[in-house]
Amino acid sequence: MKSVKKWGVSLALVALMVVVSACGGNNKGSNSSSSPAESSKAPAAAAESASPSESAPAATDKKVVLGFAQVGAESGWRTANTNSIKESAGEAGFDLKFSDAQQKQENQIKAIRSYIQQKVDVIAFSPVVESGWDTVLKEAKDAGIPVILTDRSVDSKDTSYYKTFIGSDFVEEGRKAGQWVLDQYKDTQEVVNIVELQGTTGSAPANDRKAGFQEMIKSNDKLKVIASQTGDFTRAKGKEVMQAFLKAHKDIDVLYAHNDDMALGAIQAIEAAGLVPGKDIIIISVDAVKDGMTAASEGKINFIVECNPLLGPQLMQAVNDVLANKEIPQRIVTEESTFTSEQAKEALPTRKY
Amino acid sequence: MNRIMKHHLFWPLAMLGALLLFNLIHSPDFFSIRMQGGHLYGNLIDILNFGAPLILVAVGMTLVIATKGIDLSVGSIVAIAGAMSCMTISKGENQNSLSLVLMAIGLALGLSLVLGLWNGLLVTGAGIQPIIATLILMVAGRGIAQLITDGQIITLSSSRYEYIGTGSLATLPFSIFIVAAVFAIASLLTRKSALGLFIESVGTNPQASRLAGIRSNIVIVAVYMFCGLCAGIAGLLLSSNVSSADGNNAGLWYELDAILAVVIGGTSLNGGRFYLSGTLVGALMIQTLSTTIYSVGIAPEITLVVKAFVVLAVCLIQSESFRKAIVRRWKTRHYPGEKEATRHA
Repeated sequence: MKSVKKWGVSLALVALMVVVSACGGNNKGSNSSSSPAESSKAPAAAAESASPSESAPAATDKKVVLGFAQVGAESGWRTANTNSIKESAGEAGFDLKFSDAQQKQENQIKAIRSYIQQKVDVIAFSPVVESGWDTVLKEAKDAGIPVILTDRSVDSKDTSYYKTFIGSDFVEEGRKAGQWVLDQYKDTQEVVNIVELQGTTGSAPANDRKAGFQEMIKSNDKLKVIASQTGDFTRAKGKEVMQAFLKAHKDIDVLYAHNDDMALGAIQAIEAAGLVPGKDIIIISVDAVKDGMTAASEGKINFIVECNPLLGPQLMQAVNDVLANKEIPQRIVTEESTFTSEQAKEALPTRKY
Repeated sequence: MNRIMKHHLFWPLAMLGALLLFNLIHSPDFFSIRMQGGHLYGNLIDILNFGAPLILVAVGMTLVIATKGIDLSVGSIVAIAGAMSCMTISKGENQNSLSLVLMAIGLALGLSLVLGLWNGLLVTGAGIQPIIATLILMVAGRGIAQLITDGQIITLSSSRYEYIGTGSLATLPFSIFIVAAVFAIASLLTRKSALGLFIESVGTNPQASRLAGIRSNIVIVAVYMFCGLCAGIAGLLLSSNVSSADGNNAGLWYELDAILAVVIGGTSLNGGRFYLSGTLVGALMIQTLSTTIYSVGIAPEITLVVKAFVVLAVCLIQSESFRKAIVRRWKTRHYPGEKEATRHA
């Protein structure tokens, strides 16, 4: 037993030393403001995602420097988003300083502050959460650095803090889904029973996709949403909730899922019930990530509304416009399309995500 | 009657029964079970199938809590085990080969044992309080899971691996048999051997148990390792159920559900006493509650409030002092009119 104890103590000591030394390194980076790049690099390195593109400082004198603070790498969608920005920055000939916030607001604020100190030309970021950005955005404004928001918005009252917001219109996505249902069932005499798998309760995409869908289908009183429950944007929850729906409601005609992952979970539940997804129950989903598109090409999802992560080119365009002092709209909506099963089959080989 | 009511399983079972009764009244065909493609299909089967991972995690948690400890890292271990096995399979050439699937399962379970060992060593060797020691892995574990999956959701197409979570044996979901086996092993080891007594005595007083000749530290480490293993198996079930690994969301808040299941089952957080059968009933109750909420159609905005009220009611009814207080109130109730009448009589 003594040996066990000794082992445990030495193990814990080793662990402690590793932690302490790691902390020391980090502190050095963030305390000494002379090397701000290091602190912004730390989260990126920890996530093992790509570190900021390091080019020789001499070359950056002429190049436009863009500082981008990404949310993290939580999904395939986000990775496609990151890659798009990196690629198009390279094509546009910008010097991109990239940081990964690992879903933490404080990391993102730290990264933005370091960009301000480095005096980059433009700062762009996808805010982790909506609120709490006023202070850091004011710092950027005072330093005269224009800010562009991508993908997600902030709730700052003062819209002069940022030049524009480039991102998807979630309400429009809901409307597109609703429109398709409306078209499919425009001549129906029977009541069409719809079940809805919502995203995380309270999140902007969940609220907006629900609202847009409702707005469209309310013009036809044969279309009824008989059950609506959150599936937290995950496969496991989507499957569990759909299983319960299938038992509680005998006659489900249409499933509307707020993202592909929940639809994929629900498909498994529908198959387990001995029904054919896409035929016995018509399935509509939002996102168009690879797995979802694959299911669509197999006919298991009938209609997918795209939520486009490839907003890099539009961002670079906006950066150029801002630096050229051109007027740009406060809101730029990303170009998005929709896919039926047949279109998904055609598009699948060339999809980037 | 009094003896039945004194039994530690009476209140948990009564609550589970009440919940099922509510479902029966709300929709009479809640209990209907039919054959569907060679296996049984119905709400009750779903509750058992989806409840299986929670039961596993809660069984491990029961033993940890019996030693006066707590393991907050189980949710993260669930994610890590799922990520590890899915990653191994997705790297292989033929996802369906038996040896690959077995290797993936072995690796995932081995890793969860190591993580349990880590927790145990922090608690015994380093003398850190269990809630803090396991909090480390709870926070770091999600990072590890994301590191394994590279932050992506890994999708598999391996029917052999899927069998763990969705396959059926003798018309029942295979997961039920896994749970039954783990539960039987845990019950036999703790109730038919001295191990259960060791755990209880360590939970009551580790110092005294050591002086009495029980190797407290080894018992504690073993219990944490068992808990890690249970969480690992649960991770396999969850990830194979949807054929994918999601480092961010798999097993999120499982530790809280598991602790709740243990508490509903009548095990005290003070350690020294545990009821595995109570935990089983508690976990089933939590899953029944989720299924009920979905089938009754409660709006997602208020789902958590409803859950909280049910849990509050369950905990209050379980509390002996609360019950006594209610009974005393009832017995010594005063009606002004009655008083008046007796005074003038």
